[in-house]
Amino acid sequence: MKPIIKLKNLTKKYGDFIAVNNLNIEIKKGEIFGLLGPNGAGKSTTILMLLGLTEPSNGNAWVCNYNATKNPIEVKKHVGYLPDNLGFYNNRTGLENLIYIARLNNIPTEIATKKAKELLTRVGLDNNANQKVGTYSRGMKQRLGLADILIKNPSVIILDEPTLGLDPKGIKEFLQLIYKLSKEEGITVLLSSHHLHQVQQVCDRVGLFVDGNLIAQGDINTLAKSIFNEESHTIEIKLKENHESNLNTIKNLLIQNKLASKVSIISEKLIINCSDDNTTPIVKSIVNANFNINHLHVKSYGLDDIYQRYF
Amino acid sequence: METINKLKNPVFKSLETLKYTFKGVNTPQQTHPFWVMVQKDISDHVRSLRFIILIVLIILTCFGTLYNAMSHLNEALHNTKDPNNMFAFLKLLTATDGSLPSFLLFMSFMSPLLGISLGFDAVNSEHNSGSLVRVISQPIHRDYVINAKFVSALTIISILFFSLSFIFIGFGILFSGLTPTFNEFIRIMAFTTLTILYVSFWLNLSILFSIKFKQASTSALTCIGVWLFFSVFYQIIINIAAKTFIPERASQLDKVINIKKFFSGLLNIAPNQLFTDASTTLLMPSVRSLGPLSFTETLGAIPSALTLTDSLIIVWPQLTGLIAATIFCFALSYYIFMRKEIRP
Repeated sequence: MKPIIKLKNLTKKYGDFIAVNNLNIEIKKGEIFGLLGPNGAGKSTTILMLLGLTEPSNGNAWVCNYNATKNPIEVKKHVGYLPDNLGFYNNRTGLENLIYIARLNNIPTEIATKKAKELLTRVGLDNNANQKVGTYSRGMKQRLGLADILIKNPSVIILDEPTLGLDPKGIKEFLQLIYKLSKEEGITVLLSSHHLHQVQQVCDRVGLFVDGNLIAQGDINTLAKSIFNEESHTIEIKLKENHESNLNTIKNLLIQNKLASKVSIISEKLIINCSDDNTTPIVKSIVNANFNINHLHVKSYGLDDIYQRYF
Repeated sequence: METINKLKNPVFKSLETLKYTFKGVNTPQQTHPFWVMVQKDISDHVRSLRFIILIVLIILTCFGTLYNAMSHLNEALHNTKDPNNMFAFLKLLTATDGSLPSFLLFMSFMSPLLGISLGFDAVNSEHNSGSLVRVISQPIHRDYVINAKFVSALTIISILFFSLSFIFIGFGILFSGLTPTFNEFIRIMAFTTLTILYVSFWLNLSILFSIKFKQASTSALTCIGVWLFFSVFYQIIINIAAKTFIPERASQLDKVINIKKFFSGLLNIAPNQLFTDASTTLLMPSVRSLGPLSFTETLGAIPSALTLTDSLIIVWPQLTGLIAATIFCFALSYYIFMRKEIRP
C-alpha cells in the first residue's frame, strides 16, 4: 500500500540554523503517528511544510499523492489541521465558526449547518453551539477544534500539541476521541507532542525528533531498543550484605558467565545491565553465591528513560 | 475571459452567479470562498464598536457642518463678487463662518482616521489570535485573505460615503429649499468618489503596517504618525528647505521659478495635499489652477466658474497620484504578505 504521507529528505533552514534536517518518514493510511520532541525540535515546522504553508529548503513532502509545496490547495482539501492555539473567532459562536470554515471549503451553507450541528453533538458541544467561543473553556475549544477539522471530511488530520493546557481527564477523553475516530473512519492522524506518556496511549508509531533530526521511529518498544541498543534491560537489586565490599565478587560472577554487561552501584542499589531478559539466571546465581536479596526490581526501558535522555 | 475564468477568479465566478440570477435559474447555493471571507470581514467591521463610534462621529460632522453652512448660506450667496455664487448647493459643502470648519475640511480630516481605523489591525490581530493560520490551512489561496480585507473595507467605505452624500443632499434640499443642478450633483458624486479613493489610500497604508508590525497598537500609532507628518510637519519641512534654496535677490527669475515649482511639486505629492487640491477644485468651480501661474497666464482671465469637464481635467493629475499611491501601498502589502511565513 502506498503511504498517505511521505516525507523525503525534507530540510528547512533559516539562515544557518537548520530547523528540520533531512527528514524521511512514511505514514500509512489509518495510522496514528506521533511526532515526539522537546520544544523547538522542528515539529511545527515539519507540519507547516506538510501543509504547504512553508516552503522546504530541500526535499519533498507528499500528502495524499499531492506535492505539498507545489499543490497546497489540493493537500489542504484533504487535510484538517488543528494548530496548538486553535485560533477561533472569539466573538462568534461555536456553530458560526464551524460554518465559516465549512463554507471556505466550498460546502453550501445549508449542508454546512447540518453537518456542523451533527459534529457538535458528536464532540459533546451541542448545548453550547450558540454560545460565543470566547466563553468556552480550553477543553471545549479543543473539542470544537476537532469538530472544526472534521467538517471537511479529511483523510488526514494533523494535530499540533492537541493536549496542551487540558486537565488529565480532558486529555484522556480527547485522546480517546481521536483514537476512536481513527479506528472507526480510517482517518490518518499525525499528532505532535512533548508529552510522551499521552502519545504512548494512542499512537501506533512515533518518531522522535531532537534538534531537527529524526533520531528514531517505530513503535515504543522498537524505539527503546534502537536508542538503548544493548542495555535495554536493567535489574535493580538490594542485598542484605554490604554492596561495596561485594561488588567485585558479583561483577566477576555475572560478567564471566555472560549474564550481564555491566554492574554498578547507584544510590545504594546494585544496577545490573543486560541485553536480554536474564533476570532468573542472574537472581539464581546471586542466591547460589549465598547472598540475601532484600529488593528486586526489573526495569525495562520505557518512554521515561527516553525522556530523561533527550528532554 | 475564458482563460481568466479558468484561473478561478472569484470576481468572474460571482459575475457568473449574477448571470444565473438574472436568468431566474436556481444557482447552486454555494458562494465562492473569497466572497465568504469578504462577507465575514464586512460583518466584523459593522459589528465592531470602533466602527459604530466613527459612524456617529461622521454623522455628527455632517449635520454640524450642514447646520453651520445653512446659517451662513445667505451671506455667501449674496456675495456677488464670488464667482461660485452660481453654485448655491455646493456652498452647503464649503461655506463656513470660520467658527466651525466646512464639510470639505472635516472630510479631509476624518477620512484618514476612518481608513486607519478600518485597517490598522487587519492582519496582525488575526495573526495574534491564531485565526490566520486556521484560515489559510483551508483550501484557499493565501492572497484571498488580504484581498478580502481590502474589498470588504472598500465596500463599507463606498456604501457609507455614498449614503452620506445622499443624506447630505437630501437634508440640504429639505432645509434650504435649493435643488442641486445636474452639474452640482455630478460634482458632489465626483467628490464622494475622490473621498473614497482617499480613504482607501489610508486603508491600504494601515493594512501595510498591520502586516509589517505584530502589535496592533504599533501599527495604529505608525499610521497616525504618518498622517500627522503629512498634515503638519511635511509642509513646515518643505518650507524651511525652500527658504534656504531660494536666493534672496531675485537676479535670475527663471531659476527662482524653477526652484519654486520644484518645491511646490514636492508639497503636492503629499496625499492630503492631493485630496485637498482635488476636492477644492471639484467643489469650487472657480479654481482654475493648482500650481503657480505667471502674470501672463492670468492676464485677461475673467474670474468665472469652470465647466465640469475643465475641473475634472485639472484634478486628473491629483486623482492619478492618489490612485498610484493606493496601488503602491496595496502592491507592497501584497508582496510582503505573500512572502511572510505564517506560524501559529
